[in-house]
Amino acid sequence: MENRAVDLSAIERIEAARTAQITGAARPAKVVAEGVDVYYGAKHALKDVSVDVPDRGVMAFIGPSGCGKSTFLRCINRMNDTIPSCRVTGKITIDDQDIYDPALDVVQLRARVGMVFQKPNPFPKSIFDNVAYGPRIHGLSTNKTELDQIVQMSLQKAGLWEEVKDRLQDSGTSLSGGQQQRLCIARAIAVSPDVILMDEPCSALDPIATAKVETLIDELRSQFCIIIVTHSMQQAARVSQRTAFFHLGTLVEEGPTQLIFTNPKDQRTQDYITGRFG
Amino acid sequence: MTDAAHSTLPTAALIASRRNSPANAALVKRRYAAERRFKAFGIGALILTGTFLLALLTNIVGKSIPAFFEHTANLEVKLDPAVLAPDGKVDPATLKSADYASLTRATLMSIVPGIEGRAARKSLSGVLSSGAADELRRRVVADPSLIGQTIKVPLLLSDDGDLYMKGQDAGASSVPGIGTVTPSDIKGSITLTSTDGAFKSLVDDLTKAGVPKDADTGAIVLNSNLPSRLVAINGGLVKLQSVTPDGATGNVLLSLKGNEAASGPAWQQTTYSVPEGRRKTNDQDVAIIEKVKETGAIQKGINWRFFTSGDSREPELAGIRGALVGSALTLLVTLVLCLPIGVLAAVYLEEFAPKNRLTDIIEVNINNLAAVPSIVFGLLGLAVFLNFMGLPRSAPLVGGLVLALLVLPTIIIAARAAIKAVPPSIREAAIGLGASRQQAVFHHVLPLAMPGIMTGTIIGMAHALGETAPLLMIGMIAFIVDIPGSLTQAATVLPVQIYLWSDLPEVAFQQRTAAAIVVLLAFLFAMNGAAIWLRSKFERRW
Repeated sequence: MENRAVDLSAIERIEAARTAQITGAARPAKVVAEGVDVYYGAKHALKDVSVDVPDRGVMAFIGPSGCGKSTFLRCINRMNDTIPSCRVTGKITIDDQDIYDPALDVVQLRARVGMVFQKPNPFPKSIFDNVAYGPRIHGLSTNKTELDQIVQMSLQKAGLWEEVKDRLQDSGTSLSGGQQQRLCIARAIAVSPDVILMDEPCSALDPIATAKVETLIDELRSQFCIIIVTHSMQQAARVSQRTAFFHLGTLVEEGPTQLIFTNPKDQRTQDYITGRFG
Repeated sequence: MTDAAHSTLPTAALIASRRNSPANAALVKRRYAAERRFKAFGIGALILTGTFLLALLTNIVGKSIPAFFEHTANLEVKLDPAVLAPDGKVDPATLKSADYASLTRATLMSIVPGIEGRAARKSLSGVLSSGAADELRRRVVADPSLIGQTIKVPLLLSDDGDLYMKGQDAGASSVPGIGTVTPSDIKGSITLTSTDGAFKSLVDDLTKAGVPKDADTGAIVLNSNLPSRLVAINGGLVKLQSVTPDGATGNVLLSLKGNEAASGPAWQQTTYSVPEGRRKTNDQDVAIIEKVKETGAIQKGINWRFFTSGDSREPELAGIRGALVGSALTLLVTLVLCLPIGVLAAVYLEEFAPKNRLTDIIEVNINNLAAVPSIVFGLLGLAVFLNFMGLPRSAPLVGGLVLALLVLPTIIIAARAAIKAVPPSIREAAIGLGASRQQAVFHHVLPLAMPGIMTGTIIGMAHALGETAPLLMIGMIAFIVDIPGSLTQAATVLPVQIYLWSDLPEVAFQQRTAAAIVVLLAFLFAMNGAAIWLRSKFERRW
């Protein structure tokens, strides 16, 4: 009953999102960055980046290597904290809450902001334990049945359930690359995050696995705010509704994906998307 | 100027022609020759090392094999009540302190008749181990009703007797005598006279072998560099000193029953082909052992005592159990201290410590500590644990503490390497899911690093097992007979036991040294094997 209700509301949201996308109407911003600067020691890696990421949808960060897009992505769940020399200034809010507020618990933040990495990195544990790890450490289930349900739902959402339901106790590393990456996505969504960050999630996958992951991202955008960093402009065009172009540590241009790829305002964006960049 | 510059610049055609030139072919040839040479050096080095190793192992193992066997004489011993319970009382205290050695001596006397004089009695008591009577004592104390009976007991031979049975014998052989011989007496220095040239063949043999005749007497004088010649006659044994065809002089080793003449096969001429000077056992000893051997009572068995008893001054009684238990207790202390401290230090340094000057200094010093000579740790242990903290000398507790200091750097370095080898993506995955740093380490990094840590730990423990020098400093070099029962009792360890035994002059101790080395090597191989097995079984590849 409840599930059906959730599904119904999800459909409504999808409809709303589609409408918004087609009409280009502004949706409520989930993640807001204002004047973010990042320094690695003396290196100024990200310069004065301000961007609004809308809820329920996919935003793509594109740009050449070393342009700062991954750095910015890692600011959103404060993964940069683990790098000792890294310093972040400016303001990033999620749902109007400053995530660099000293009072904010980083562990809670990362439960709200899931992350999928470039290389599939399942834990060398069973498939079940991989997905169950997040709910376990955050105490999201009160008993085994609930945990089983969470794992099943997460794997279903990640489109992996049918493939692994008979071998949940097999090692996560025994799966193929594409399956591993979808397992990582299932692991990320098992804690029901608000935002999912994906750092070039398909760069280590073959085209078929890539297609599956892209389809999955497309399905997930109705429920999550997804930010994806990608080197592939086709991928950005396929999966995202909004695109931001980074170059040399600055955010050059941001807007609806269709607009960026068909009618960029900035010459640098134009050069990049037409492949004229050296 | 431009022309000159142009002429020195190589053109593509020039380079191509050089590539196909004979000079280039020679270069290629030289390259292959260098490679072959390098391979040959490598193989040579390998063969050299292998040969040395093989020689070492065969030498040690070969020398150790006799130590794993012992000889006992299964003799009938009469349990004389007059000796065991002189005043008629049969209580455990009396039985324990009774003179069992006199019983075994009496048994030997009955087997080897004709023991006269101090030297012969000393030889007789040297045949059996001083611990031979222990088995007898054990049986009688366990069952006092045996008193008065005659029972068959395996009596351990002494180290010399044992070695004699293990092939360091005199090469005894006998031929029946020809002719008639009359001894002048039954003990002491006697002459054997013959009217029909009974010793002619012996004199011929000796002359043929180049033994010179004495210029004055015309007799052939035997010495300890020549095979011993003896005459068994009238139930006794005479060692010849000089021989003429018609007579001989000699010393009585086992006294004769009478001095009547004996002829034909009634007397025998015995030869100990190994000269007395080249034997551990003198002719008197040999005469007695050969007599015991003739009864067929001597049996060979596996020397379980070597594994079940502690150290002893008597090689045939000495065992390594005390040292093994001491080593086990010491290593237990080392492991209990090292593993948690080492792993936690490594985890902190690798995962939590800020990268600054202080941690750099700590890291460099840990690496330096791993290279500090072990004797220095021994001195530290002596100064700190014994003198300052007042812990007992020679104790496994202190040994374990010192070895823990020694092994800690090894374990920390191995554990850090193992932790570093866990891919950062695993940490990122856990932290990205909202795990704390500690959760990421204990849930994911440490389990993955465990095989590497265990490997390092086992190798460190093997290192500690073979360590001698620091333990000498804290007094674990004492002669300790008792098996240690606690961490504070005096103990010794296997390598120190080897060191102690290697210093002793007895040949049997040399064999036991080799045997103890074999046991130590077996433990080391087993530990390294376990490390390799762990590594191959649990190693993960990403």
